[in-house]
Amino acid sequence: MDFNDTPDEAAFRNEARAFLATNAEPKSRARPVLRLGDLGGDGVQRCKEWQAKKADAGFAAITWPKQYGGREASPILAVIYQQEEDNYAVPRGLFEIGLGMYIPTMMAYAKPEQLDRYVQPALRGEEVWCQLFSEPAGGSDLAALRTRAERDGDDWIINGQKIWTSGAHLSDFGIIVVRTDPNVPKHEGLTFFFLDMRSPGIEIRPIHQMSGASHFNEVFFTDVRVPDAQRLGAVGQGWKVSLTTLMNERLAVGEVHRPDVEDLLELARSLMLNGNAAVRERIAEWYARTQGLKFTRFRTMTALSRGQTPGPENSIHKLVNASKLQDIASYGMDLMGMAGLVMDDDLAEAYAMFQQALLSAPSARIAGGSDEILRNIIAERVLGLPADIRVDKNRPFSQVPTGRR
Amino acid sequence: MNFDFSDDLKQLRDQARRFLAEQSPPKVVRHVLEGGEPYTAVLWHGMAEMGWLGAAIPEQYGGAGLGYEGLCVLAEELGRTLAPVPFASSAYLATEALLLAGTDAQKRRLLPKLAEGSTIGCFGLAEGTGNPDPANVRVRAIGGKLAGSKWPVMDGDVADFAIVVARDDAGEIGLLLADLTAGGISRRPLATVDPSRDHARIDFAGADVERLGADGGWPLVQRLLERAAIMVAFEQVGGADAALEMARNYAQERYAFGRPIGSFQAIKHKLADVYVAIELARSNAYYGAWALSADAAELPLAAATARVSATEAFHLASKENIQTHGGIGFTWDVDCHLYYRRSKQLALALGSAPWWKHRLVELIEMRNAA
Repeated sequence: MDFNDTPDEAAFRNEARAFLATNAEPKSRARPVLRLGDLGGDGVQRCKEWQAKKADAGFAAITWPKQYGGREASPILAVIYQQEEDNYAVPRGLFEIGLGMYIPTMMAYAKPEQLDRYVQPALRGEEVWCQLFSEPAGGSDLAALRTRAERDGDDWIINGQKIWTSGAHLSDFGIIVVRTDPNVPKHEGLTFFFLDMRSPGIEIRPIHQMSGASHFNEVFFTDVRVPDAQRLGAVGQGWKVSLTTLMNERLAVGEVHRPDVEDLLELARSLMLNGNAAVRERIAEWYARTQGLKFTRFRTMTALSRGQTPGPENSIHKLVNASKLQDIASYGMDLMGMAGLVMDDDLAEAYAMFQQALLSAPSARIAGGSDEILRNIIAERVLGLPADIRVDKNRPFSQVPTGRR
Repeated sequence: MNFDFSDDLKQLRDQARRFLAEQSPPKVVRHVLEGGEPYTAVLWHGMAEMGWLGAAIPEQYGGAGLGYEGLCVLAEELGRTLAPVPFASSAYLATEALLLAGTDAQKRRLLPKLAEGSTIGCFGLAEGTGNPDPANVRVRAIGGKLAGSKWPVMDGDVADFAIVVARDDAGEIGLLLADLTAGGISRRPLATVDPSRDHARIDFAGADVERLGADGGWPLVQRLLERAAIMVAFEQVGGADAALEMARNYAQERYAFGRPIGSFQAIKHKLADVYVAIELARSNAYYGAWALSADAAELPLAAATARVSATEAFHLASKENIQTHGGIGFTWDVDCHLYYRRSKQLALALGSAPWWKHRLVELIEMRNAA
């Protein structure tokens, strides 16, 4: 065992370090960089500028084919770049998911001339993409979505509602999965498109989150026309295309959550509670979990380095991190005692990061696969336990029971 | 990045898994559990022949020179089958004590015999209730004579010699080498929660002992515990993995309400949580294996982390294995309790979880202060 890069990896790491040292500001440990795409003010512009710089230097799509601006390099290099970038306070949150999931879906299904048109502007951050999957009636059960598309000559006409669309209000284009046939079982009646977010009939409303922020939107479709040429995959094959998108979900690469266990230890120290046996035990447990994830990632990197593809076992990262974040946030506030509730900038302990994390952490346990779905994935696809019995599987979607909510 | 065992070591693992599946099935563990013998001598000799007992012993002292990563690979497989043998005492603790602190003469005298399995060593630290702490050491070695009691001593009833932690004439902590077959020593087996492993109380009444070479005081005891904790973490991960596999298999085969119980989310989510705990523990144990083999400065913190994770994982896996089985899991005849017992035995053997958690935080604080 060793933690050394291969000569190629080391050369790439040096290249990445040199690029970052010249073009970005190192992170300071003390004050957390709030990652949650706080894209107000000049945030969008800063994200776009950074994305262009990164793309021009060849760090924005390391694994992509060269013809689309990539390096055709192993995913291990993408992980290495991410490790290095995590040491810098760079504006993020607008492009990563799109380039990791949506554009690869386009590459798998769009026509060459469409790729020539859309890939490069996406890569350089000139055009923003979003994903229109979730619906009020289709969350964890995504295939239960109800937004309809009906054929009309060379077009399709879309009616319905999407929800939890990150950055819809900032997006130029979106990928969307809709129901084109309600009279077949639910997975068979879906079709996949991409569309212009400025098409007539699209209305975007921000969702006011419990944390106070608004990162997501509801998107309403009223007779929105999409050309059949923008269909990705065959009619009725939308579920299969969606899986391509979801499988491209980025390899969890040490996304930095604050407060972390070191923040908690520092808080305990500053409050002179670090000698308390109960506090020490909790810190030790979270430290062990944090390290366990870090070294699980190293094992994944080793597999990537050998050309293997990481599988469903990767669900472990978000499952552990999200609850850990919520629990550390809550426990840190407990340590503050009665003043734990204060978020006032002048008075709050540790820049109010514990309080902010308490209010944002619930979304981490739901978005991108809830804790429950991730446990199902581990149980069924890693441990091989049998699938749940399903009442919706072999009957037409229009006959599947629905509740009132 | 190469954070995995080499192909050679994976071969060793496969070979060990096949050998132990044959030589250490549950009925062999039960034979020891039910008092048939204090450890499985046939298995022990087989392990000696394969070179496992001297895995970490350099070839000049009769060992196989497989190195620490090799020892860790073997530990995981021994843990998986709950092998009822004094491996942890003899091959981790006693062997390590000799390697770290023994004189050349002591190493020459004992290491070849440890490697061939003709001599078994054990480690006497505990003196009744309490965790590792110099304040708890009351056994005295005055003028080369040892007086006091050690209990529980893992494998104390089957060992030929003990490395004993005691205070010398000046009251300083030291390590002593005691021949357990000599006079002035009486010992008796203890009833424990895990009778598939031998434990004893050893009473020293003026027994002759020699100092273990250069010694090293309490820091050496700490070092020994840390090194052993990494290897025991692999045993814990192996045991936890076996318990999860048992629960998984049962959940696939057992039907209730007209369907396999493994199709219920209550069971799925429970076992997914067990899987997560084991993966975290395995990754931390790997880091420990690296620290051992590289003799890295990070070893103490890596060891505490591996220990905390592995103890939690085995506890969770063994108790939820019983829970998944339901009533049948609480019977003597079903093997669930073998894992449950062993998980607690290993959790306490080198100091309990609260002690290691405290130590872990102390090590982070020392690192942060540096």
